[in-house]
Amino acid sequence: MTSATITLPTTPLPLKAEARGLDFYYGDFKALKRVTMPVYEHKVTALIGPSGCGKSTFLRCFNRMHDLYPGNRYDGTIQLLPDAVNVLDKSVDPIEVRMRISMVFQKPNPFPKSIFENVAYGLRVRGESSRSYLEDKVEAALKGGAIWDEVRDRLDEVATNLSGGQQQRLCIARALATDPEILLFDEPTSALDPIATGSIEELIHQLKGKVSMLIVTHNMQQAARVSDFVGYMYLGEMVEFGDTKDIFMKPKRKETEDYITGRFG
Amino acid sequence: MAANTDSRTAELRRLIRKAKRWDALFGVLGILSLMVGVLTLAALFTGMAIDGVPRLTGDFFTSFPSRRAANAGILSAWVGSILVMLVTAFFAVPVGIYGGIYLEEYARKNWITTVIEINISNLAGVPSIVYGLLALGLFVYTFGLGQSILSAGLTLALLILPIVIVTTREALRAIPRHVREGAYACGASQWQVVHDHLIPYGMPGILTGVIIGMARAIGETAPIITIGALTFIAFLPPVPGMGEPAAGLFDWLFSPFTVMPIQIFNWTSRPDPAFHQNAAAASFVLVFMTLGMNALAIWLRFRMRKNISW
Repeated sequence: MTSATITLPTTPLPLKAEARGLDFYYGDFKALKRVTMPVYEHKVTALIGPSGCGKSTFLRCFNRMHDLYPGNRYDGTIQLLPDAVNVLDKSVDPIEVRMRISMVFQKPNPFPKSIFENVAYGLRVRGESSRSYLEDKVEAALKGGAIWDEVRDRLDEVATNLSGGQQQRLCIARALATDPEILLFDEPTSALDPIATGSIEELIHQLKGKVSMLIVTHNMQQAARVSDFVGYMYLGEMVEFGDTKDIFMKPKRKETEDYITGRFG
Repeated sequence: MAANTDSRTAELRRLIRKAKRWDALFGVLGILSLMVGVLTLAALFTGMAIDGVPRLTGDFFTSFPSRRAANAGILSAWVGSILVMLVTAFFAVPVGIYGGIYLEEYARKNWITTVIEINISNLAGVPSIVYGLLALGLFVYTFGLGQSILSAGLTLALLILPIVIVTTREALRAIPRHVREGAYACGASQWQVVHDHLIPYGMPGILTGVIIGMARAIGETAPIITIGALTFIAFLPPVPGMGEPAAGLFDWLFSPFTVMPIQIFNWTSRPDPAFHQNAAAASFVLVFMTLGMNALAIWLRFRMRKNISW
């Protein structure tokens, strides 16, 4: 396979992170092959591609989720700017990385605790215990997650009683509470109905310009609707990266065109 | 065409009837097997109740054993059982829970942990008399703890440790991966994940394991006889601060003792049928203690799980 076709924007944008020559191994299986991709500040970057192409694997490198399981290995770098720290470096604690980069999962995964404690958890692990500070941050995060009006009167209720869409917005609020530098979404709407999906997409629109976001989706319409940039991956490689409009209107690579027009995948 | 369809339907119905005969047969066999267990237990329990219930007066609970069956009671036995259970819980619960957490969450998966895991499963199947022999050599003689409540509690703690470890691990394993990952993604350390999430969410299962282990321990006789519990005790362990000279805070741990199953065994082995009535009454109490603990386990699990779902 030829190397990736990366089309950078004509007017340079501030970078938030950049993956360079990233290889990733599950034991002996090489799941990512020399992946290179920029993440622009306060923009939404979508990762698309057929199942098993490595897009979720790539996303989970950003917050070192793979460190939780034995036998996984990274090669190459993901630089987090402005301090240009390589988040994959062994000397960098994955906890520090996860404190700077939050994640929203495929299946809504609120803790079986109160709504308040769910959102406050990221702050609690940072040692915050001032009730008034936590209350302010939780309220701000719930507003950021567009769920404040629905839960303001029942912050002490168990979060797992919320509907699926509400749970996912709560998880976004939980991820926002710690003011992350990047917000990772791993197929955030694939377990939700169309109405809840619409509310999540609306929320991503609202967050644009405030947070840098990276979203894995298997729904191309969703990528087209919410993202500013798109990376198309296939078999662990970055095939093409560029402006969303360009990728969907005039992709440079035949493989990309085949995938987005539905001839493949 | 119509005739063809009719014969096909008839053929299908015949097949279904044939298949359903096996359902009926299996249903009957199943009920019969179930009845063997349930009826035996019911008969035992009824027999015990008929013999024993008339003896269940207040005096029965507040009297020491006696040579006269009508005056004998189970005071030293139930006090002994409860004190031994306290010691057992004190040692088995923290050690078992932390052992389970370590094995499930912290230990690397290599051959050493595999050997440990297999051994723990095996320990759960070791006959209890073997624990008694171990305890006799280790606690009673080597550590010089004597034939005491402490020795008995430690012995039973060893006995139920595998149960607590295994149920703790199962409770932790039932917590879905995406909930753990959610906690790690918030920037939690491993201990924070264990302390803030895994222990609270696993608690219903862990407590169930602890109580079921205790329910097993309270009925154990063999290891307690082996380490030398007395069968005739007409005094209670010293209460801290009472008596002359005043008993120390932990003196009761080193007191001789008896427990419910031993009292029952002792009464059953006497020729006088009046003592057999006592034995039936004491068994009735012991069964209620066990059932009570199991009921508590079920209730706790039900109550705590109401708020834990994924």
